[in-house]
Amino acid sequence: MISDAIEDEEKWLAEGIAGIQHNAFYMHRALDSNNLREALKYSAQLLSELRTSRLSPHKYYDLYMRAFDELRRLEMFFKDEDKHGCSVVDLYELVQHAGNILPRLYLLCTVGSVYIKSKEAPAKDVLKDLVEMCRGVQHPLRGLFLRSYLAQVSRDKLPDIGSEYEGDGDTVNDAVEFVLQNFAEMNKLWVRMQHQGPIMVKDKLEKERNELRDLVGKNLHVLSQIEGVDLEMYKDTVLPRVLEQVVNCKDELAQYYLMDCIIQVFPDEYHLQTLEILLGACPQLQPTVDVKTVLSQLMERLSNYAASSPEVLPEFLHVEAFTKLSSAIGKVIAAQVDMPIVGAITLYVSLLTFTLRVHPDRLDYVDQVLGACVKKLSGKAKLEDSKATKQVVALLSAPLEKYSDIVTALTLSNYPRVMDHLDNGTNKIMAMVIIQSIMKNNTRVSTAEKVEVLFELIKGLIKDLDGTPMHELDEEDFKEEQNSVARLIHMLYNDDPEEMLKIICTVRKHIMTGGSTRLPFTVPPLVFSALQLVRRLQGQDGDVAGEEDPATPKKIFQLLNQTIESLSSVPSPELALRLYLQCAEAANDCDVEPVAYEFFTQAFVLYEEEVADSKAQVTAIHLIIGTLQKMNVFGVENRDTLTHKATGYSAKLLKKPDQCRAVYACSHLFWVDDQDGIKDGERVLLCLKRSLRIANAAQQMANVTRGSSGPVTLFVEILNKYLYFFEKGNPQVTSAAIQGLVELIRTEMQNDTRTTDPASDAFFASTLRYIEFQKQKGGAMGEKYDPIK
Amino acid sequence: MVLVLAIGDLHIPHRAPDLPAKFKSMLVPGKIQHIICTGNLCIKEVHDYLKSLCPSLHITRGEYDEDARYPETKTLTIGQFKLGLCHGHQVVPWGDLDSLAMLQRQLDVDILVSGHTHQFKAYKHEAGVVINPGSATGAYSSITYDVNPSFVLMDIDGLRVVVYVYELIDGEVKVDKIDFKKTATATTHSAH
Repeated sequence: MISDAIEDEEKWLAEGIAGIQHNAFYMHRALDSNNLREALKYSAQLLSELRTSRLSPHKYYDLYMRAFDELRRLEMFFKDEDKHGCSVVDLYELVQHAGNILPRLYLLCTVGSVYIKSKEAPAKDVLKDLVEMCRGVQHPLRGLFLRSYLAQVSRDKLPDIGSEYEGDGDTVNDAVEFVLQNFAEMNKLWVRMQHQGPIMVKDKLEKERNELRDLVGKNLHVLSQIEGVDLEMYKDTVLPRVLEQVVNCKDELAQYYLMDCIIQVFPDEYHLQTLEILLGACPQLQPTVDVKTVLSQLMERLSNYAASSPEVLPEFLHVEAFTKLSSAIGKVIAAQVDMPIVGAITLYVSLLTFTLRVHPDRLDYVDQVLGACVKKLSGKAKLEDSKATKQVVALLSAPLEKYSDIVTALTLSNYPRVMDHLDNGTNKIMAMVIIQSIMKNNTRVSTAEKVEVLFELIKGLIKDLDGTPMHELDEEDFKEEQNSVARLIHMLYNDDPEEMLKIICTVRKHIMTGGSTRLPFTVPPLVFSALQLVRRLQGQDGDVAGEEDPATPKKIFQLLNQTIESLSSVPSPELALRLYLQCAEAANDCDVEPVAYEFFTQAFVLYEEEVADSKAQVTAIHLIIGTLQKMNVFGVENRDTLTHKATGYSAKLLKKPDQCRAVYACSHLFWVDDQDGIKDGERVLLCLKRSLRIANAAQQMANVTRGSSGPVTLFVEILNKYLYFFEKGNPQVTSAAIQGLVELIRTEMQNDTRTTDPASDAFFASTLRYIEFQKQKGGAMGEKYDPIK
Repeated sequence: MVLVLAIGDLHIPHRAPDLPAKFKSMLVPGKIQHIICTGNLCIKEVHDYLKSLCPSLHITRGEYDEDARYPETKTLTIGQFKLGLCHGHQVVPWGDLDSLAMLQRQLDVDILVSGHTHQFKAYKHEAGVVINPGSATGAYSSITYDVNPSFVLMDIDGLRVVVYVYELIDGEVKVDKIDFKKTATATTHSAH
């Protein structure tokens, strides 16, 4: 059925075109032979094709253009009075005899054009006559095209300032009046289409109306081009009249299009000065009109205007642009009760964008916009509409992007209130956006107060907000979130130790609410931040005079102790052990023996009670040994207790090779190469001998359990340790002992039953090479090594 | 000419938020043939980042690394050089060059790369070269005070390796270079 209709339309169009062509042929003949009568006859017939009701706007336009072309030729003929011998005044009279009104009026307009050009009558009179006569065609489609024709031919003949048609009686006011009237009539016709004839399918009707809208809009364009329309005339005449028409037509399609047209066509400068009038029309529009897009367009244009011409910024303040826009938006939202929340938020986003571009320094304005948003959101449950949520995120992200210094955003009192209205998931997303902004801009947050505000904002990441079931969280996402928080902690910093301590305390307070899932991520960065503060305080001398409650290493160590303790709730013994050891080292550097001892105690307790995995034990014991080796703060008793524990645990590791290695590592506990370092040669040797016994036992065990002894690696390692202490001058380590060990290894290697291991062979070979090398050195070292073969 | 990036002890996010911007802009994918990393990244994100710079990524385990599967030591051959990699917290005393030399002999490598002290070192001894690329983020260390962010780029060409060390000092990247030559004698193992 539909395709039939289209086919029919094609047919009618073809018929129409044929009709035009047919009559045009005869018209041309008449023109050539200067036969006015004939010309008029055939042109009228030609124009009759435009009387059709059968065509859609798109097709009608096709027909119209062909007629238009023909009328141009006719006009040229009319102009040339010599050719047809009729005065233009008479001609004007003559064409009115055409039979049907539509051809009559087209001809009249054509002659009118010539008439004005001839200047035999004031332009304004002719124009007025024409615009009124066109009232005779009330059919929307035909009328629109007719008036469009009128607009086209009159375009260059308006009595504008500086135009040749300006005269005593003819002023720009007349030009404006003409265009306004034509516009008003065209709009009425256009609106009438909505209600005309048989009920058409809504989509089809809308489509057809949209095809015609530019015809109406063109008038506004013409108005904007008239030189004589200055700001005053625009303000006093043009805009009020146009808006009157827009509001009174009560047609949704027309209102939306025309408001948009006004905004696009007239200069921004004018809009700025007529804001009140323009905005005043908005609440009067039909409730179904998408006012928010209109307002957004306006604000966008004004933002661009401000951006491109900074010198007009004072003008913005002068006309109180922000206040007017803000209140207009408020009125629109209040008037359109059914506006969905996403609409309101979108408006606020546009207003915020405007504010950030035009008045970035006015934080009070920015806060106001956020405040209006809060008001709109309050009283409702948390947002669930995803579109609205997206808009709120856009609203909150805008200040972050504008002010690369997050601290500025932190001062907006309404910012956290807006965030409160987001659902938990989005709240977290927004918190991540905030953190990323800080990281990207490398911002330092430097006071405890600001840190407090910041952590309030990101509280969705810091702790479980009510109603978030933990199992819903994706593990990867959760890790990413927490690692972001961890990174953030390093951005919180102040040179002043007192303030820094306050910051640390604030952070600690917040992360403690995070629960056992979050502590493993958040505690380490806090600990290291605190350790860095300790180191800084170490560098400072003496008392901080005048400070009420000075930051001291002791205080920080207390804090650290409590903080690391919280890891037991996770539980995270290995991590806690490492952190305790770090603190012990820091305490050592601060020369506070009891504190260092306490930390070591904690580490050992964890080792004893919590670290069960054998591999973990090996690493842990080496960390303990390594840390202990660097300690110089301990007195003899404390040191003895700790080294005894360390060696004890080393010997109790599960696997013999691990035992062996840990024990010879312990040998370093008794020899520190510093000036006042401990150099207990005997105990070193004891450790080395013990580790040798363990290595032997390991070999024997291998013999028994596997039938062949294992690789000699352990022996070679121990040999290297002997060499180490030999070189350092431990008198207990003699060249004879070393020689004995070398022989032992050689014997082992020649043992038939052993499994060959190229790695240990190479190790032994390179060790021997080293011995040779040292011998070659000569001097004291060479002498030392000489006895060894 | 093979470029090898030696980098480690980033300690992200425990001790540092990120690599310094100036380093990040220098480390672009496609320029480096191998990355050897001493460990203590600490999280997967850093691993992925390094992997994006160069697919041939070798890592040993640091005591704070999230991934427990990294090996304690690793050896690899690049051109004429045998390289050994170890974080270094296993070698007591920490940072002691003689003890590291022992590890080098044990792994039988020409170049030993290890970290943990966060202090750049390039040290030649009888058995070869020990390199410590320092901490790429300048992370806090209980062992070293005033850590400057640093990393090492090795240019291995035949029997010669040029070690470039990049250090961020007072906001500026300073580069230094050290030359090492390997003698062409092949190491022979005698099996008894």
